[in-house]
Amino acid sequence: MQTEFLIQIKDLKASIDNKEILKGLSLEVKPGEIHAIMGPNGSGKSTLANVLTGREIATVTAGTVTFEGKNLLEMSPEERAREGIFLSFQYPIEIPGVSMVNFMKTAINEQRKHRGLEPLSASEFLRQMREKKELVEIDSALTNRSVNEGFSGGEKKKNEIFQMAMLEPRLALLDETDSGLDIDALRIVANGVNKIRRPDTSVIVITHYQRLLDYIVPDFVHVLYDGRIVKSGGPELALKLEERGYDWIRKEAEVSEETWTTDRK
Amino acid sequence: MENDQDKLLGEVTSGEYKYGFVTDIETDVIPKGLSEDVVRLISAKKEEPEWMLEFRLKAFRHWQTMKMPNWAHLRIPEIDYQEIIFYAAPKQKKSLNSLSDVDPELLKTFDKLGIPLEEQKHLAGVAVDAVMDSISVKTTFRETLAEMGIIFCSFSEAVKEHPGLVQKYLASVVPYTDNFFATLNSAVFSDGSFCYIPKGVRCPMELSTYFRINASNTGQFERTLLIADEDAYVSYLEGCTAPMRDENQLHAAVVEIVAERGAEVKYSTVQNWYPGDKEGKGGIFNFVTKRGICKGDNSKISWTQVETGSAITWKYPSCILRGNNSVGEFYSVAVTNNYQQADTGTKMIHIGRNTKSTIVSKGISAGFGQNSYRGLVKVLGKAEGARNFSQCDSLLLGDKCGAHTFPYIEVDNPSAIVEHEATTSRIGEDQIFYCNQRGISTEDAIGLIVNGYAREVINKLPMEFAVEAQKLLQISLEGSVG
Ligand SMILES: Nc1ncnc2c1ncn2[C@@H]1O[C@H](COP(=O)(O)OP(=O)(O)OP(=O)(O)O)[C@@H](O)[C@H]1O
Ligand SMILES: [Mg+2]
Repeated sequence: MQTEFLIQIKDLKASIDNKEILKGLSLEVKPGEIHAIMGPNGSGKSTLANVLTGREIATVTAGTVTFEGKNLLEMSPEERAREGIFLSFQYPIEIPGVSMVNFMKTAINEQRKHRGLEPLSASEFLRQMREKKELVEIDSALTNRSVNEGFSGGEKKKNEIFQMAMLEPRLALLDETDSGLDIDALRIVANGVNKIRRPDTSVIVITHYQRLLDYIVPDFVHVLYDGRIVKSGGPELALKLEERGYDWIRKEAEVSEETWTTDRK
Repeated sequence: MENDQDKLLGEVTSGEYKYGFVTDIETDVIPKGLSEDVVRLISAKKEEPEWMLEFRLKAFRHWQTMKMPNWAHLRIPEIDYQEIIFYAAPKQKKSLNSLSDVDPELLKTFDKLGIPLEEQKHLAGVAVDAVMDSISVKTTFRETLAEMGIIFCSFSEAVKEHPGLVQKYLASVVPYTDNFFATLNSAVFSDGSFCYIPKGVRCPMELSTYFRINASNTGQFERTLLIADEDAYVSYLEGCTAPMRDENQLHAAVVEIVAERGAEVKYSTVQNWYPGDKEGKGGIFNFVTKRGICKGDNSKISWTQVETGSAITWKYPSCILRGNNSVGEFYSVAVTNNYQQADTGTKMIHIGRNTKSTIVSKGISAGFGQNSYRGLVKVLGKAEGARNFSQCDSLLLGDKCGAHTFPYIEVDNPSAIVEHEATTSRIGEDQIFYCNQRGISTEDAIGLIVNGYAREVINKLPMEFAVEAQKLLQISLEGSVG
């Protein structure tokens, strides 16, 4: 039987150096849905992205994550990527000496191999590079350089979305992709994401600001607070947060935590 | 190139040393140990003329007064020279008239190493001298080269057939008194390659020597002499492998290069001697003296080395820039993984006016490996307008390995310009993870990063060997992260 969800996160707990960061997080995303995750600094948003992509900074202590019916937590980071999970890094990494062309080609062909496809021919690969470069309006001067080396903050973010366009993931996690982008770049990148998306591509957008959500319109907005999702709603929730900040959530969260425990009995 | 790279990334499957097999072949070995009698015996086995024996004996007597050098940043276990066999030769018919005379086991061995000795099968445009243990097994394309006046043969044959040339140039760059290992080599050297390119001739193919140690408890002491006469050009490549054995084996070679006026010599090495196992057991001690002289004006010598093998490497391919406007180059990638140690670099001696040298050294350390760059740039008083540029980079994988740089600079001419740059970087877990997140495995990620780092040097290798070298770099670092 086909599962209804692309990814299903249940009661996920994760610690860094024995300090619990994610404290029982649940989230379900269906194919094609866009979910926004907002929340104050340090609430665990990037940690969630790390846990989902298999970065070993945090240790999972409880909970399950099912991706297309498979146990995601058992997979290596590269397997998760090949299965179609893509992370646009909050802080993209520089790899001096490795050309973007070589990097992208290796990545694409690894993913193709995983799907039982032949490696792309050189000409087809270059054609895709050209096409996707136009989509996110990234300068050829950048893609001819080493991976992220000496790129400005905004250029790095653009480069992340360019890679997303090349890899065509099933689930994209965008961790503050809007930060560091100027107004024009924000529009280009956000519209790029919309163009890359196919009807069944799901996106989890981590952001602090409504401005990105003006372009990438979410189906659901969640507030991550102290390691848990404490509030979920529609796009209007983001607007409310923009207006009122997190204080009211903080108060509500503290209250609802108690009601939660009594409710359950 | 891109395609080759993909292929080689795909090809690599295990981190084991691929060349560790032993050929089962009857071998003529002399009793172990070193004495004047052994030196005489080697000379007799090779049916050498009197002058050659005299040279050996002079060297041997001098060696007995010498001590093992201890200035390198290396931990070298005591070597018992009485436990080493100094001559071992695969048995085969006396004179080889054609390939069908070569023992099929030997052909198979070199085939397995990717060095087919049948000329029609071989990489187009590469002539090979194949040396197993103490003797040269076969030299390909000799006739083709002879038509142009190029001599390319085993050192033993050169002693017999071109004694004039050998006597003129032997030990003219590395004197028999030079250093402990070079002196030992001068006494007991067995075989190696000899090459002479006549005036004005550009050698139309890559010349290469492939060294293979097979017999156990045996040292290999080869001697290579390369002469490029006026305005001649040659590109030369050496490769080497050895079986996996628990004991250490000694390899002490001497390479001498002479470039006359306007001549150019490119010498490339892909060194892949058995490095020992993961615990540091076994492996080759690679103590080598390589030196070239730019004797005439406008001559050029270029050393390129990719060093991935050996338990211990001690070698400093150097250039004596005597001719005015002569050029010396040294491009090196040295890998030390597990318990490997390397102390390697170069010496550039500027004697002539307007001499130029370039040094690019890329050290890569992983595991418990220790990697040192040691380089001397010396500008003599008469070397008006001398220039040197040195770039020494170190790349570290993990935190148990070490990288060290020992640059020595001596300048006696005020017009000289000497520049030295050095960097140290580390392959970070975040870089690996970034690659992983795009679907690239850790091994492939290291391959990408290391090959990117070493590209400047790899690009100096002849095309066919560049691919081989990239593959080797990746294999030799497998299992070093995560
Ligand atoms: N490598 C690390 N070592 C120690 N603590 C860490 C590490 N990474 C994250 N943390 C801690 O985990 C908590 C959650 O961090 P995380 O990066 O997930 O927050 P965030 O919600 O993404 O914040 P921001 O909005 O500032 O990006 C923080 O308290 C942070 O200090
Ligand atoms: Mg974050």
